[in-house]
Amino acid sequence: MARLALLVNGRKQAVDVDPETPLLWVLRDTMGLTGTKFGCGIALCGACTVLLDGEAVRSCQLPVREAVGHRVVTIEGLAARGDHPLQKAWVAEQVPQCGYCQSGQILSAAALLAKKKHPTDADIDAAMDGVLCRCGTYNRIRRAIHRAAKGGAT
Amino acid sequence: MSAVEVGRRGFLKAAAGTGAGLWLAVHLPGRAEAAEAARAAFEPNVWLRVDPRGEVTVYLAKSEMGQGSYTSMAVLVAEELEADWKRVRVVQADADERFGNMSTGGSTSVRRSWEPLRKAGAAAREMLISAAARRWGVDRKGCRAEQGRVVHAASGRSLGYGELALAAAREEVPKDPPLKAPGEWRLIGKKVPRLDGPDKTTGRARFGLDVRVPGQRFAAVARPPVRGGKVAHFDAARARAVPGVRAVVEVPSGVAVVADTSWAAIQGRDALGATFDPGPNGALDMAQVAKLLAEAHPEAVRREGDVEKALAGAAKRIEATYDLPFLAHATMEPMNCTAHVRGGSAEIWAPTQAPTWARSAVAKALGIAEEKVKLHVTFLGGGFGRRSSPDFPVEAALVAKAAGGPVQVVWTREDDMRHDFYRPAGRNELRAGLDAAGKLVAWHHRVRTPSISRQLFGSSSRGGHPDVAEGAATTSYAAGAMLVEAAIPEIGVPIGWWRSVYASQNAFAEECFVDEVAAAAGKDPLALRLELLPAGNRLRGALELAAGKAGWGKPLPPGRGRGIACHTSFGSHVAEVAEVSVEKGRVRVHRVVAAVDCGIAVNPDSVEHQVEGAVVYGLSAALRGEITVARGAVVQGNFDDYEPLRMGEMPAVEVHVVPSREAPGGIGEPGLPPIAPAVANALFAVTGKRVRRLPIKEV
Repeated sequence: MARLALLVNGRKQAVDVDPETPLLWVLRDTMGLTGTKFGCGIALCGACTVLLDGEAVRSCQLPVREAVGHRVVTIEGLAARGDHPLQKAWVAEQVPQCGYCQSGQILSAAALLAKKKHPTDADIDAAMDGVLCRCGTYNRIRRAIHRAAKGGAT
Repeated sequence: MSAVEVGRRGFLKAAAGTGAGLWLAVHLPGRAEAAEAARAAFEPNVWLRVDPRGEVTVYLAKSEMGQGSYTSMAVLVAEELEADWKRVRVVQADADERFGNMSTGGSTSVRRSWEPLRKAGAAAREMLISAAARRWGVDRKGCRAEQGRVVHAASGRSLGYGELALAAAREEVPKDPPLKAPGEWRLIGKKVPRLDGPDKTTGRARFGLDVRVPGQRFAAVARPPVRGGKVAHFDAARARAVPGVRAVVEVPSGVAVVADTSWAAIQGRDALGATFDPGPNGALDMAQVAKLLAEAHPEAVRREGDVEKALAGAAKRIEATYDLPFLAHATMEPMNCTAHVRGGSAEIWAPTQAPTWARSAVAKALGIAEEKVKLHVTFLGGGFGRRSSPDFPVEAALVAKAAGGPVQVVWTREDDMRHDFYRPAGRNELRAGLDAAGKLVAWHHRVRTPSISRQLFGSSSRGGHPDVAEGAATTSYAAGAMLVEAAIPEIGVPIGWWRSVYASQNAFAEECFVDEVAAAAGKDPLALRLELLPAGNRLRGALELAAGKAGWGKPLPPGRGRGIACHTSFGSHVAEVAEVSVEKGRVRVHRVVAAVDCGIAVNPDSVEHQVEGAVVYGLSAALRGEITVARGAVVQGNFDDYEPLRMGEMPAVEVHVVPSREAPGGIGEPGLPPIAPAVANALFAVTGKRVRRLPIKEV
């Protein structure tokens, strides 16, 4: 066990954990940030995606010690009021069904838009291909990303 | 207090003295045979409350697993109540025997509540109107309800529902409250946004795995990989040596490691180094599965005319065999459940499709009365039939009991993939005969697959035919002499309901075979289907709409082909046209056009969404889904060897709704059965080769 200082959603927080623990479980079980989801444990589904210094990373594969010194953003911290343009676009396009994968989808899309303001369909495929959805919301996700890119949520 | 009958089998009453405001309880029957019992002992399974602030709360006994019935069921109440939709909220009900069977499955939530829920809303509305008229001392005929208020037209006075709620509770419950005419609907038939949408984009929605209760620990379980196997050896000391591990406990399903975090529990479980005795199924492999399927004895489940005679006299005979694999559900949220057992009672938090079944199974496993089990239902991160089984709540209850505190049992993806109740593997053998004019005169469909009902409940019989024949015995086609047979082997693999159940197998075989018959008869596949469907069959309209929107018969770019398929299941009628090509030996699906006759589309956006979803779920299975067994154990473990469709493979999907005034049909499942055969038939159009085995993988 070790005491590690993390910066999550703009807040400094110290945690007492095994430094090899994947960030996912520290967020969920130690810090109570359950918006980040467990799906596969081996970076195949993207449900656990968070932003690390703005990059989309799979938190199930990132030992928590590697998050020290970096800015972590989870779905809870994307926008204080839950009104990030992507979140608004997600509601406008009625994307979620079961909703379980959507934190990872939204954060992956956020990383994409941060790099590319107006992504093409091919850009979206490349950025989002690692995030699985079993309910089949892919086409709506694509529409929501385009909608957010255009700056319109309604 | 006697119950007031609502609709054909629904019941309604005002519940006095249960809290402030107007409460109404509605009984939604699960099955026809339960109706009589329900009439005797009033069992509400939806509660409706209008509180003194004017807030409307609908307590729902169905699980929300993505299908959107949360919102649609609330729409039915709010529509007739004339509620202000912005002030309507839904609360998930705990498991309660008064709700009857709470299972969410068979695409039933909206279709079984269509009349009772509207009647409940209408009854509350009438009571609110009566209360207002009484207060004003006017004839109630001069009053109307509108957007959460009662208005007296002559004087222009109005009162909000909140101001009337207490008085309304003292009004008599109307026996037959009038329902609105479709032209008056404000919500039904409109694209009402999902009530759970915002919480599902902010991380606030609480799934089973997100349950956190004070003092909660986490557990992972080492389970025998073979059905009927037993734990042989494990090293508890090695597991306890993992930091954070608190206890190692044995339960009937395996060995559980209880720890401070999920990660420590999983590490501890792996450190057990558990070994297992495989038991009687330890030698099972796919060759043996195939043998068991082939050797099962067929029995007739539907017979019309003499098929053998008709085949013998046919000018042309066609036969084909179709093979289908076991499939996992692979919900995005793996199985999990949180339980706290203390003294003689238990509290369970479960992402379950069957709360009352889970509750009684937990009570039985703990040896306590059902009333002593409080079971909360969370959001479900996908269900698709997997979460109907009570295995995961029972196991969590037993782990929690042994651990002596609240525990969340966490399943890894591999646990989930390897301890599922799989869509059964099966073989479908079909034969048909054509007369000299090319008319279909004989149809023989033999279904070979294990029975879910038999494995779980001891009998395959379900509603007049074995469960395995669903979709085959109930074919919509008039095909001359007909014989449908079921050959049901016992196979040592756990099986269960998978989105659309046996229709996922039987419609594939039937719809591929109809295409083969069309080719043999020199007929267009769409034309043959329309020829075989009796006048008035609702698949006809769906077929014509899908074909029209897809441009059936119109030229396509070189290398592309179209295929069509249709099927009726769960009360809805769906046709789909797939447009495909083959790129480097791999199937590429470019476009899917679906047409759905689901009766009145309560929420057209939800209908579109469910059909889109069913198409993707069905495509994942058709193109790649396959669970295999070696030495009795499931081989696949994660999304590398059981990989669903990804964003880049997603076809354009268009969903068209056939306008209808019929009562709603189901919508969670009916979009699935036609997609695999539509793709297979499209591949024939491209390659000239028939697909007779799923998954398609390479062509």
